[in-house]
Amino acid sequence: MAAESMPGRSRRFVPPRIDGGAEALPLASRKPLAVVGMAILAVYILLAAVGPFFVADPVATDPVNALLPPSFDHPMGTDNFGRDVFARAVHSARLDLTLGIAIAMCAMVIGSAIGVVAGYWGGAVDETLMRFTDIVLAFPGFVLALILVAVLGNSTLNVGVAVTAAFVPYFIRLTRAQALSERELEYVDGAKLAGNRSARVAFIHVLPNSLQPSLVTATLVAGWAILTVSGLAFLGVGIKPPTAEWGVMVSEGARDIDAGHWWTSFFPGGMIVLAAMAFHFIGDEFGGREA
Amino acid sequence: MWSYLGRRLLVSVVTVAGIVVVVFFIMRILPGDAAAVRAGPYASEEKLEQIREQFGLSDPVPTQFVNYVRDAVRGDLGTSIRTGGKVTEELLIRLPASLELAFYAVLLAVLAGVPVGIVAAARRDTWIDRAARVVAVLGSSMAFFWLGLMLTFLFFFRLGWFPGPVGRLAITTEPPETITGFFTVDAALAGNWALMWEAFTYLALPAVTVGFVLSAPIIKIVRSSMIETLDSEYVRTARALGVPHREVLFRDGFRNALIPVTTAIGIIFGYMLGGNIIVELIFAWPGVGRYAYEALRVNDLEALQGFVIVVGLLYIVLNVVIDFVYSWIDPRIKLGQRVVA
Repeated sequence: MAAESMPGRSRRFVPPRIDGGAEALPLASRKPLAVVGMAILAVYILLAAVGPFFVADPVATDPVNALLPPSFDHPMGTDNFGRDVFARAVHSARLDLTLGIAIAMCAMVIGSAIGVVAGYWGGAVDETLMRFTDIVLAFPGFVLALILVAVLGNSTLNVGVAVTAAFVPYFIRLTRAQALSERELEYVDGAKLAGNRSARVAFIHVLPNSLQPSLVTATLVAGWAILTVSGLAFLGVGIKPPTAEWGVMVSEGARDIDAGHWWTSFFPGGMIVLAAMAFHFIGDEFGGREA
Repeated sequence: MWSYLGRRLLVSVVTVAGIVVVVFFIMRILPGDAAAVRAGPYASEEKLEQIREQFGLSDPVPTQFVNYVRDAVRGDLGTSIRTGGKVTEELLIRLPASLELAFYAVLLAVLAGVPVGIVAAARRDTWIDRAARVVAVLGSSMAFFWLGLMLTFLFFFRLGWFPGPVGRLAITTEPPETITGFFTVDAALAGNWALMWEAFTYLALPAVTVGFVLSAPIIKIVRSSMIETLDSEYVRTARALGVPHREVLFRDGFRNALIPVTTAIGIIFGYMLGGNIIVELIFAWPGVGRYAYEALRVNDLEALQGFVIVVGLLYIVLNVVIDFVYSWIDPRIKLGQRVVA
């Protein structure tokens, strides 16, 4: 509204906004949950980037001080080897966040490249790619990642590859749907008439314009990827003890819980959920869809 | 309608065939010697050879594939190298446990998610709406294993309200005679109300764990489709004609929200069937997910393959069923037009 009534600016030149002209308001009041998400994420990134330099050794055992409840010295208590839970959780933040973000980025790059091929060329190429995507999507993503890690072997890199593969089909679908409508637009005809090869039209012109839904979804996928990676680690697949990883920590902490030592699993699990929530708040507010 | 059904089934068959092919070849790349698992660590070379012969592991891969497909078409998914039992039978015995858990989890998710979604849409952009969205985000960001563990800690170890994570019934309790395979239903059919109650208490924590996670997509979908309906012209007309608010909300709003909710139920039910591995492990639930987990640990190829194929099959059948439910909910939809939700 405000921009439209500004003197000297014709209404025609106001670019269309998704949120219907509310752009004069600050982000915090338009999308408060996204700002909350960004704030949480900023804290996590800070923890992951500089935290490991300030906390104790995540694998140093100290049997005398095993299973101490949270205190000033050990904000999240100690586990049954006497390791500081907070130190382990901070080191884990670096591993899990890196994996989550890297998986989402790789899945988006690979998925949108395949998606634009299917959507732009159509025909038999499209049909073949989409049938294959349907087959992959008929597996629950978690099961697919589980089987792939079993095939590839337990390592952090293989977990990354397996979880990426499980999320690629989401991006194929999103980009294909967008490319299907983009290719009918005039700028595509213009690019073709200007003599561009079709590969150039597809990747340089159509792809960037088809990315918007994928970019938002990538935020959600980063959250899901963290959940999947830590879920696999909880099952003992992929990342193994004694690595400091949230899922591994919950799995180890599950053994202490019947004796009332709740902090060894409560805190790392809470870190997982809070991290996933931060990504979801951002993705949700910017119109992310669950594919 | 019948030609539509035929085409739909044909596509489903192609997808199932694709699943069989993909799974079969992924499984052949699995490292480790399945025969060694069966024979144990101290088996002689002759014994290993004998087992490979018996399970067809020494045949060339194409031969194995042809044999597998031939048997699978007859409903025989092979023999588990871990237990020596037929995979089809072992899965069918465990399936009711998984389905019962999935059923109650989805039921809880719908009972909680639909009203929250409606209220959030009706009170849009108020604190109620924001609270509902935070709950939805919390649900879709929840780690099954952590929630299950924390609920067990709180409601079993600390408060003692619910039984511990030992399966579908106490170890000393005799399960009801199998009719449907759902313990709650079978106990009720047998007139054993105490047993039915016990089955419910054992179901409570795993069903709440899964139900909470599944309520998130339902809240989101109900909210957005209700908002769309409430903004529509026919709702405006109804309001202008003086139809009471409550009636507009539930008669016009809710009926139209049913279709996307049905879609969501199909998707999450399918997700449940595979995603229950973690929950079944935590609560010692004797379902197909735990079976798959145990198979995975020892490279039991045929059992894993069977699990994935059964899950894929159920998912596809469910989606065909949901297509028919659409046309029943909304008479305007003709079969063959896919609803975009």
